[in-house]
Amino acid sequence: MSEKPKTYYEMAIEKGYSRRDFMKFSAMMAAMLGLESSAIGKVAKALETKTRIPVLWLHGQECTCCSESFIRSSHPLVADILLDKISLDYTETLMAPAGYQAEKSLTDTMEKYKGEYILTVEGSIPVKNDGVYCCIAGKTFEDIVAEAAEGAKAIIAWGNCASAGCVQAAKPNPTGATPIYKKIKGKPIINVQGCPPIAEVMAGIIVHLLTFGSVPVLDRLGRPKSFYSKRVHDTCYRRPNYDAGLFVESFDDESAKQGYCLYKMGCRGPVTYNACGVTQWNNGVSFPIRSGHPCIGCSEANFWDNGPFYRHLTNFPGFGIESTADKVGLGLGIATGVGIVAHAISTNIRKRQLIKEGECEPELDKNNES
Amino acid sequence: MEKRIVVDPITRIEGHLRVEVEIKNNKIVDAYCSGTMVRGMEIILKGRDPRDAWAFTERVCGVCTTVHALASCRTVENALGIKIPPNAELVRNLMFCAQMLQDHVVHFYHLHALDWVDVVSSLKADPKATSELAMSISPWPKNSIGYFKDVQKRIKKFVESGQLGIFANGYWGNKSYKLPPEANLMAVAHYLEALEWQKEIVKVHTIFGGKNPHPNYLVGGVPAAININGPNALNAERFAYVKQLLDDAKTFVDQVYIPDLLAVASFYKDWGAIGGGLKNYLVYGDLPTNGFNDPASYKFPRGIIMGRDLSKVHEVDTSDPDQIKEFISHSWYEYDSGNNNGKHPWEGETNLNYTGPKPPYDQLNVESKYSWLKTPRWKGNPMEVGPLARMLVGYASGRKEYQEVVNYALNYLDVPVTALFSTLGRTAARGLETKLVAGWALEFFDQLMSNIKHGDTHLHTNYMWDPEDWPDEAKGVGMTEAPRGALAHWIIIKNQKIDNYQLVVPSTWNASPRDAKGQMSAYEASLIGTPVSNPEQPLELLRTIHSFDPCIACAVHVYDEKGSYVHQIQTF
Repeated sequence: MSEKPKTYYEMAIEKGYSRRDFMKFSAMMAAMLGLESSAIGKVAKALETKTRIPVLWLHGQECTCCSESFIRSSHPLVADILLDKISLDYTETLMAPAGYQAEKSLTDTMEKYKGEYILTVEGSIPVKNDGVYCCIAGKTFEDIVAEAAEGAKAIIAWGNCASAGCVQAAKPNPTGATPIYKKIKGKPIINVQGCPPIAEVMAGIIVHLLTFGSVPVLDRLGRPKSFYSKRVHDTCYRRPNYDAGLFVESFDDESAKQGYCLYKMGCRGPVTYNACGVTQWNNGVSFPIRSGHPCIGCSEANFWDNGPFYRHLTNFPGFGIESTADKVGLGLGIATGVGIVAHAISTNIRKRQLIKEGECEPELDKNNES
Repeated sequence: MEKRIVVDPITRIEGHLRVEVEIKNNKIVDAYCSGTMVRGMEIILKGRDPRDAWAFTERVCGVCTTVHALASCRTVENALGIKIPPNAELVRNLMFCAQMLQDHVVHFYHLHALDWVDVVSSLKADPKATSELAMSISPWPKNSIGYFKDVQKRIKKFVESGQLGIFANGYWGNKSYKLPPEANLMAVAHYLEALEWQKEIVKVHTIFGGKNPHPNYLVGGVPAAININGPNALNAERFAYVKQLLDDAKTFVDQVYIPDLLAVASFYKDWGAIGGGLKNYLVYGDLPTNGFNDPASYKFPRGIIMGRDLSKVHEVDTSDPDQIKEFISHSWYEYDSGNNNGKHPWEGETNLNYTGPKPPYDQLNVESKYSWLKTPRWKGNPMEVGPLARMLVGYASGRKEYQEVVNYALNYLDVPVTALFSTLGRTAARGLETKLVAGWALEFFDQLMSNIKHGDTHLHTNYMWDPEDWPDEAKGVGMTEAPRGALAHWIIIKNQKIDNYQLVVPSTWNASPRDAKGQMSAYEASLIGTPVSNPEQPLELLRTIHSFDPCIACAVHVYDEKGSYVHQIQTF
């Protein structure tokens, strides 16, 4: 199962072609690509050995939590990704060389695999003051990303920084921190959201690209639907407590020990799209709500400015009939059955809305103020 | 012949670091370190709910994730007079230990090892001899000939693919690599094993904090709840999981990390006389056993050593406006009170003011301002912080367990005490404290179980949770020991909001630019005298810089004798 994917040469030999046939095929490929005869050897060499897709991993305004999350992947194991699946040709966090030799690794791959490599970006781009707030090798991060994006086949924006600007873009955004999609046009960009994204989700995106040879289907915020099409609230194992009106009223109270719903403590699960409730974290060990803390909404744009975190949402899309969970909680003491029915109705309305829209975008800014 | 070189980016660190050094007779004679990225976190924090600050500051760093969250909670608790329950202190200690275990192991194998270990040389190793070597230093079960043969085969296949990935353009074959092929193969095998292990120990964070990186913290305690008779809280299964992870961690540290560290160090004893740098060491201390307000109970004692004099430990007070001050003489900021005056963090200002060259640039103007890091000083003195500082303060404080592990390592390597003040000493100290921490974590766990058994299940206090109860104005300071050293946050709360928030982080102490008097900080000072046998491969420079485990982004430049810049790219 974990066998290395076969090269074209290995497949040709298995199918009964000779080495001579293979070289003829390579010559034909070179001719078709308009290469000189001296390139035949190169093409043959590439087909013989090139099985791992080159990946460049740039670091801008970030905290390296995405890289740290990535190396936590359990399936596949990160060593298997690095040794067998991709060729991670540039990442400041793990690469052996520094300085000039590191830069050489970057430019080598950009030249040699133009149009073939995957560019992954961790961190936002500061655009204020001509980009002086993040420089590497004397160049602005903005220029570095633009140059690397030019020859990329696809771009992965790791985490909230690259997808939406994250904490440094919180008000007043002193450095003009900007997500990748606002600066780079004309390339497929996958926003793998979260602060950081779940390790197995990050690895899952890589596996998707390699296995299915396509960019996963994205929502309108550029997030893969495979991991970001359900609200944490809708996949939360504490959801029955919400529906039953059972809430934690203060940290470490009797309700907290019973594992009741954290909505009143400020949980952003109802307005956050992520796989935490399903995939969970660190190979499925737990997720924030299971460990007693409300979701802070880290996979949504501008979540830092939707605080304070411990003030509960007063309304959100899909709350419909009950209007607020506070009322649900109060009313349920006397009419539990009614509450459940009411919530079921609102959930159905919500479902219809989702189908109509294709997906939905939380509108926290509007709904959090009251 | 003299030369100046630039190394940018410094890799295998967190962040963006640039180093410029001058080399004479194959030795570094001058050095400048520059942090080249800034986000303005302190500006962003103004006006927010102090109870949210842990989440913002946790995002300062995803490598030493948790340490800022912990410092931030303590800062707010200090300001509001909140005392957290004993069990919450124990859970925080366990999360602290898990962080340090993971971080130090990853630093040794994945960020630092390639400075000492030649990956390509491991292909020449004899698996049988490697197995014998491994068995001679450790009872670790994965020591068989077949095991090392398989690893070697895997590396061979990888190298033959022609796509070297993260290992491409490394300094393989450089004469400064001293390990025999067998030791290299053993280290490469453990590079891969450590990569697999590190994802396990962080599950302690996942259980208590819901995720890793960036687990959840909470002002007033910890967010998890204990209910040993319920399915939706910390119960026997969750605690057994934690215990298993801690047991496995201790085995890994004792049987893999420490034997590897000593084996590798024994081939590089000359590095016990290189890279010493500063002579002053600062530790705030951590791992309380009787509450954070009782520093005498800390497993990492608080204190200061001046001039490498281990006979006296000085006291440090983070609230005293005359002790810790930050300077900006060479940093891209401005103070209302002028360029050369220091400011205590409670009076601290963060006004970005870039005056460096317009990018793209080849050279920073090191005579003027050249970094995004401010320059902290203790009573005007530059201080080194980190594992070496902690081991020295523990040793000098007369703690037996410190003296035991330090003396064991010195005897094993047959080097004098002075070897501690060096690049090698820094790297060894990190391993030795990991060994101590692995043992302490089990003590904390046992104490927590004992408390629960005796009926105490509290993990959070509601005291002062409601902002309505707060005074109109309050100020606080919170400290911890990050893997990279002394970390403190300062806060001023006005009308239930953050009025000022300042962080002085370990890498600010160590990697900062010169102060107004021209005194170097730890990185720059330690680079002086570091040999560079081949200026085109700055391997030795990386050894000294990596011995600090940098947590920023910098770059290194090299200059010629007259001070004129030689573009390193041309000489490479």
